[in-house]
Amino acid sequence: MQNNILLKTDNLTKVFGTGSDKVTAVKNVDLEIKNDSIVSIVGQSGSGKTTVARMLLLLLKPTSGRISFKNNPITDLSRSSKIKYWQQVQGVFQDPFASFNQFYRVRKILEDCYKLIDKKKTKAEKLEEMAYALEEVNLDPDDVLDKYPFELSGGQRQRIMIARAFIIKPNILIADEPSSMIDACSRSNILNALLNLKREEDLTIIFITHDMGLAYYVSDELLIMKEGEIVEKGDAVKVVEAPEHPYTKQLLNDVPVMTEEWL
Amino acid sequence: MPDQNRDILLEVDDIKGYYKPKNTSSVKAVNGVSFKLKEGETLGVAGESGCGKSTLARCISGLFNPPLEYEGGRVILNGRDILSLNNEDLRKDIRGRKISYIPQSAMNALNPTAKIKTLVWNIIHQHNPKVTKEEAIAKAKRRSEELNLPTRILNEYACEFSGGMKQRIVIMLSTLLDPEVLIADEPTSALDVSTQKVLVKMLHRLVEKGLAKSLIFITHDLITLRHACDRIAVMYAGEFVEIGTVDQIVFDPVHPYTNALISSILVPEPGIREKPLKVISGKPPDLHNPPQGCKFYPRCEAGGKDEQVCKEEQELREVKGRKVKCAAPLLDSKDENYEEVSIHAE
Repeated sequence: MQNNILLKTDNLTKVFGTGSDKVTAVKNVDLEIKNDSIVSIVGQSGSGKTTVARMLLLLLKPTSGRISFKNNPITDLSRSSKIKYWQQVQGVFQDPFASFNQFYRVRKILEDCYKLIDKKKTKAEKLEEMAYALEEVNLDPDDVLDKYPFELSGGQRQRIMIARAFIIKPNILIADEPSSMIDACSRSNILNALLNLKREEDLTIIFITHDMGLAYYVSDELLIMKEGEIVEKGDAVKVVEAPEHPYTKQLLNDVPVMTEEWL
Repeated sequence: MPDQNRDILLEVDDIKGYYKPKNTSSVKAVNGVSFKLKEGETLGVAGESGCGKSTLARCISGLFNPPLEYEGGRVILNGRDILSLNNEDLRKDIRGRKISYIPQSAMNALNPTAKIKTLVWNIIHQHNPKVTKEEAIAKAKRRSEELNLPTRILNEYACEFSGGMKQRIVIMLSTLLDPEVLIADEPTSALDVSTQKVLVKMLHRLVEKGLAKSLIFITHDLITLRHACDRIAVMYAGEFVEIGTVDQIVFDPVHPYTNALISSILVPEPGIREKPLKVISGKPPDLHNPPQGCKFYPRCEAGGKDEQVCKEEQELREVKGRKVKCAAPLLDSKDENYEEVSIHAE
């Protein structure tokens, strides 16, 4: 059954630079993302996780290989088809500080979502929806709507990215290190915001993270990346409890856990 | 002055440090923290972003740079109240030499145009002008060997190293003057797990060999503290709310805040997927104007809380062998009153 698969890549490769400076950031990555699932791509710094995410979001052109979305190739899309794609596939980025235009208030940032989804809504309806989205991510609309991004903390900014997703209602959300810069408590908040979204909409989430604990907790499926290649993939429980690849074993061994000694 | 408490290296007594910016009211970032640190001990300080962990480190090392101001309390190192010293003595005798403080992301502050040995020489020369350059570099070599760092690093530049290596070099530099207390602020936070492990091992070795007599390890990552420390102090809104041994804090927390923090830890261990993810609702209090009594009260969802009692000023008191600042501690540690979200519920 092919219908179940939303996003698929074949031999996805990205090479940066030329000649002796050539770096193969992503090498022959094949992945299949099933509808309504949570998939995590885990690896250390520099393993190519973010590059994969950027290619899936069509922000970076692959050097070779194919990406298809609902069985249609999307590697070479026109600008207008890309906009259609972005209505269905959205991202939450690693660096919340660099994600927003610093000169726009939160109100404007959220209103701009409507340009993408092209809904003929009145201003009042939009405002109501925006307020709802902000409440869903545990932010007070009266408090944040008229603020500029630099007036918000890192965690709040990340939640505003998730609020955008509540308005746009994509099929797939690609979250690149959504919790890297924050403590465990705010992480639970962000995670809950995402999971609420998933519960309300038919949503597939791709987590890009180096946080094995988070990946194991939320995912149906895990993909372990090392030096641009996927070294192991499969059911999350299976990968964590019975890893096959030596790298996965090493990675799991390096993660501190509660009950066993780490050092 | 005779030393009355031989074991106790550092005693912090009701220290207060407020940020006093012009035109606005002051921020009570560290509001009465007391603890004792013994020789050979590692104390972990945990808490959410903005709870005052880094400000505490500045208070202990006497770094009261505007807008941070000293507001009260004492820091007693080897029987001497260091905050009563003038700034010049503090700089010469204490800071760097007796109390070595590694600020957050210190590794990004290494001068990229100087070789590591130049940095070594700068540090030692500033504090001991009589030491020759050869002696200084010889000491750095010995120190590097003791910490399992290759000695070639001394002839290289900071920009040639990876993040993990830079952080280890910073730690090596910080112990050159054999400090009594080493304060490491988020030393592992920007690193991936494998590098974290190497770094924590290095910190262990450092205390074991007495290169630094004691260590204060500040991080928001409780799971690292679980493995790196002897005792853990949990900080909330400028105060210590619970302080005890690792086992007490991690496996049997009694303060509702500690309990919530521990519950939000996610590790890849069998059984964790079934665990509901607990969330602390609301946000930390505004430290311009912290609430009366228990600072955690507005967010606290513990069963036994009572408005009247909780809104009175609390003191750290002994409960189940550790100190805790709470009127309604969780005695049968499984309090399930937090909002629960389980995604794998069938």
